[in-house]
Amino acid sequence: MNLSQKRKLVNKFALTLSLAAMSFGLFWLIWILFTTLQLGVSGLSLDLFTKMTPPPGAAEGGLANAIAGSFILVGLATLIGTPIGILAGVFLAEYGAGSWLAGATRFINDILLSAPSIVIGLFIYAFYVSQVGNFSGISGVVALALIVVPVVVRTTENMLLLVPNSLREAAFALGAQQYQVITQVTLQASKSGIITGILLAVARIAGETAPLLFTALSNQFWSTDLNKPMANLPVTIFKFAMSPFTDWQELAWAGVFLITIGVLALNIIARTLFKNEIQR
Amino acid sequence: MNMATLARDASAQRQGREGGEAAATSETVEVAFKNFQFYYGKYHALKNINLEIYKRRVTAFIGPSGCGKSTLLRTLNRMYDLYPEQRAEGELLFNGQNMIASNVDLNDLRARVGMVFQKPTPFPMSIYDNIAFGVKLHERLSKSELDDRVEWALQKAALWGEVKDKLGQSGMSLSGGQQQRLCIARGIAVKPHVLLLDEPTSALDPISTLRIEELVHDLKKDFTIVIVTHNMQQAARVSDFTAYMYLGELIEFGVTETLFVNPKRRETEDYITGRFG
Repeated sequence: MNLSQKRKLVNKFALTLSLAAMSFGLFWLIWILFTTLQLGVSGLSLDLFTKMTPPPGAAEGGLANAIAGSFILVGLATLIGTPIGILAGVFLAEYGAGSWLAGATRFINDILLSAPSIVIGLFIYAFYVSQVGNFSGISGVVALALIVVPVVVRTTENMLLLVPNSLREAAFALGAQQYQVITQVTLQASKSGIITGILLAVARIAGETAPLLFTALSNQFWSTDLNKPMANLPVTIFKFAMSPFTDWQELAWAGVFLITIGVLALNIIARTLFKNEIQR
Repeated sequence: MNMATLARDASAQRQGREGGEAAATSETVEVAFKNFQFYYGKYHALKNINLEIYKRRVTAFIGPSGCGKSTLLRTLNRMYDLYPEQRAEGELLFNGQNMIASNVDLNDLRARVGMVFQKPTPFPMSIYDNIAFGVKLHERLSKSELDDRVEWALQKAALWGEVKDKLGQSGMSLSGGQQQRLCIARGIAVKPHVLLLDEPTSALDPISTLRIEELVHDLKKDFTIVIVTHNMQQAARVSDFTAYMYLGELIEFGVTETLFVNPKRRETEDYITGRFG
């Protein structure tokens, strides 16, 4: 066997290995999606969006309060976390750049980014929930916002660093102040990348269960009071799926289906946005 | 045809009009460098530069890569202020005022000195806003005055005809040559005295290059232009005065024709005849 043949053989071997690894991953993913679809679709009905979570054995019920609660929690957390994240990202990429403060912030942010979300839930539990004495929507919002911040910080910084320095210099050369360069040029240039990051952060917190278990908990009834426990999809799914009641289990699968579709849609929107940016 | 003959032809045509070397003495000085030093951290990048740049003339900086020509250009609008480890010493005089001084209003200086970069740098906004951006930084104009200014700048940059029907489109949608002319229009819309061109054609095709060179020729009626170029033919074609730099020093400065045909220094001759660089 000559050298060329040997190399071709090695190449085939490597290709087979990587294909095997890929199919292993895809196999489980498709199975998960298939099960979600199979079990979730059967639970889909108008009741799901209009009726409250039922007591076990009730004839009818839906997830209306959990869906609304999830929207409130995720929406408010995004509203709080996004501006903080963008401002911090701007500091890291534009103002701080090489300073020790930026270095320290970046390091801590990376730790926060990879911190298990249950740690964040426990932190809020210890410092807020246990002091106040009851679970509440607002504590859930804060916990989720703390998960949003590091994701947005990182993407904002990365997207701003992608902006060529010559663009900054060109704006400075016209006599612009740094805040004008940032707001009118560099942030504009990285806009869709940053929005992509925000959407991915939303997708991330939409399915978070652990931090909500210690904070917003759940609520069987319709409630928009942020000082009371608030229903939400992940915790409801957790509770219903673990229960022995078939109607609860069905609702849990429907909830899983809703979250999966929502996250999938957000990911597709994010990807399309980012792709358009690259092409332009 | 070699460089020297090219330049001699051009020289012969212009001798009568400008009187060759003697022209230098009758020029008005726009900017003057006196005992100017520049440092990148500890590295002494520009050594004792003494140079006068004349009003409404094109001055070319030539020299091999790393000789300091771009560095020198970028001191004219204090671009180096963006980078803390870079600093200048000596004098850079605009109307007798030393621009190196720390009390100089940078935005004022940059309103007086426009700059165009090697790669086109259109901002991520419409063609109109690209031009209006700089103007709005320094002046408060009514909508119609701003419209007029945008048209004026685009006319000057010979781009108006191509973009007048699509001013709302993104500046990034233009071709490379058009983008570079957009950047020139953006620079002159602020009505600067000096326009700095840092290898403005190195990323462009020959046709676009030609258009930019013609533009430089037209623009010198209103602006003092300083151009950095790697291309000696380009320096010979567009400039009135040329400065040859090598290893951070200004080796020779003079009327372009003279410098190309009759260089005083051996180093200049070696470079322009292509013996190195």
